[in-house]
Amino acid sequence: MTEAVIRVEGLGKSYQTAAGEFPALRGVNLRVDGGEYLAIMGPSGSGKSTFMNLLGCLDRPSSGAYFLAGANVAEMDRDALARLRNHTLGFVFQGFNLLPRMSLQDNVALPLVYAGVDKASRRARARVLLERVGLGQYADSLPNRISGGQQQRVAIARALVNQPRLILADEPTGNLDSQTSEDIMALFDSLNRDGITIVLVTHELDIAEHARRQVRFRDGCIISDHLTGAAA
Amino acid sequence: MIRPMLGEAWSAMNANRLRAALTMLGMVIGVGAVVIMLAIGQGAQYAIQQTISTMGSNLFIVLSGFSSSGGVRSGSGGGPTLTVADADAIAELDGVANVAPTHQGSRQVIYGAQNWSTQVIGTTPAYLDARAWSITSGSGFSDSDVRSATRVVVIGQTVAENLFGEEEPVGKTMRIQQSPFVVIGVLGAKGQSLDGRDQDDTVLIPLTTAQRKVFGTPFVGSVRMIMVQTERADQMEQVMAQTTALLRQRHRLRDDMPDDFFMRNLSAAAESEAATTRTMSILLGAIASISLIVGGIGIMNIMLVSVTERTREIGIRMAIGARQRDILLQFLLEAVMISFAGCFTGLLLGIAIALGINALTGMVIVISGTAALLAFAVAASVGIFFGWYPAQKAARLDPIEALRYQ
Ligand SMILES: Nc1ncnc2c1ncn2[C@@H]1O[C@H](COP(=O)(O)OP(=O)(O)O)[C@@H](O)[C@H]1O
Ligand SMILES: [Mg+2]
Repeated sequence: MTEAVIRVEGLGKSYQTAAGEFPALRGVNLRVDGGEYLAIMGPSGSGKSTFMNLLGCLDRPSSGAYFLAGANVAEMDRDALARLRNHTLGFVFQGFNLLPRMSLQDNVALPLVYAGVDKASRRARARVLLERVGLGQYADSLPNRISGGQQQRVAIARALVNQPRLILADEPTGNLDSQTSEDIMALFDSLNRDGITIVLVTHELDIAEHARRQVRFRDGCIISDHLTGAAA
Repeated sequence: MIRPMLGEAWSAMNANRLRAALTMLGMVIGVGAVVIMLAIGQGAQYAIQQTISTMGSNLFIVLSGFSSSGGVRSGSGGGPTLTVADADAIAELDGVANVAPTHQGSRQVIYGAQNWSTQVIGTTPAYLDARAWSITSGSGFSDSDVRSATRVVVIGQTVAENLFGEEEPVGKTMRIQQSPFVVIGVLGAKGQSLDGRDQDDTVLIPLTTAQRKVFGTPFVGSVRMIMVQTERADQMEQVMAQTTALLRQRHRLRDDMPDDFFMRNLSAAAESEAATTRTMSILLGAIASISLIVGGIGIMNIMLVSVTERTREIGIRMAIGARQRDILLQFLLEAVMISFAGCFTGLLLGIAIALGINALTGMVIVISGTAALLAFAVAASVGIFFGWYPAQKAARLDPIEALRYQ
């Protein structure tokens, strides 16, 4: 059996609040294999974002273990985590998080700067990715010149530019209308067909239906984990 | 890695031009002040060095006191205590290169209708050697001119200009007081002395001629002053001590009697003047460089604001793989860039103002490459030093905290 892309065991995360310690995650176990397409659902405040941030190596757990592509994340220093975020996974945010002063092409190419890729290759690869998300003609525009759906496509292009095997998306369609959401989901579908593992958080059932597996959170715990119609 | 970051630092600076310009202002003023102060200070040093080099090196003078006959000092009644024989005796001491007894005073000099008051120095040929004074046309007088008290004169540039104008002075006859003198040489230009006198406003004549025909002293063989030059600088003290002992012995002074002459170390006086100027220019530079620190603090202040404003941007960069050192480098580069731009502007401004001062007041200024280089080294250091803390602060941000920042 091949190594899982994601394996979490007894994962817990507590926040320090004025009222004391608040456990947002309580002992989560999950395994995601290569090529899976997984949707995380659950009510607001159930710990989905907390979980995604841990998966994305943006935050560190309070307890439990997390293996990303077989490597124990808990043992890594900040530079090693940065390298994982750069090479191994791509993160897509609800609010797009493009850098406003940079052209779309430079936004997409930025992870390559941190990977130490030379300028010509950076340009070429950013171009390819922008074409892939259908925005090649806007390469030199600034983010505020395009719509929200287009910005999210650029953000996905940026997440893909370093050829990660895993895409994490926290409510990627949360700020978009339903038609635009469908376009974004079509993009995720095609990425998954290309073999990229996708984990996304959503409130909406019809979005979740694109995934082949649904995991439901409540109060920091996984309460259900089943395949969807799309899996059939 | 550095190249794309330089571009980003540049565009970050451009995104907020007014702020960048105001931040730079501190550096502009600081570097400008340092450049101006160094230019003025080095100019003053240069001027002093020029003057000292025209004076001649390793020089001291012995000035005569006054005494009545019989060795009893009496204020001012008697004649000078130094003699040509004293000078000859000093010349025999070890380490002495040149000895020139002189007798000088201010007199009218006349050529045709031109009339000029100048310093007349009666001396020996050794005087020109001691003062490293060149002759631009004609020649100097010789020992035999001194022995036979001939009426020949070597004139300084200022006298040549004022008496002869465009005419060639050598071979012409001019008058000092009433006596006619043949001009046999013209001295090279020396410019101002340390005390601001025009060294070229002078004429040199044989000592004996001066005593007999110009100053008419009743004490034949006595002189007002003896100029002594040693072979090397480190011999000055020793030769001065030996001269004192020699003169006391020759003047038959008992141990309880004070010297009947004075000595002054010209080279030491010049050196101390030069040292004063040096100290002053260092002090000016130091005071000016305080404004550099103020400029640096301005940069630190703005960088701190910038880090706070761009917390979210830092979070995004970290989320897509920026390491701590990438963020550190980015903010450090911005600080150094602002510092450099300010420094460059300050350098140009400082040079312009220094040139302006020179044009308006004629003050000597020296703009050296070292000063410019120093300014740039300082700019880089100030940028790195004062940019380090804000950049460090940015690099240490927690990725998720930075991303949540609104
Ligand atoms: N930085 C934080 N500090 C304190 N409490 C937090 C923080 N982030 C999230 N929480 C709390 O943790 C719980 C889970 O939040 P979150 O993971 O954002 O939920 P979801 O994304 O499912 O809505 C919520 O009750 C939230 O209030
Ligand atoms: Mg959430």
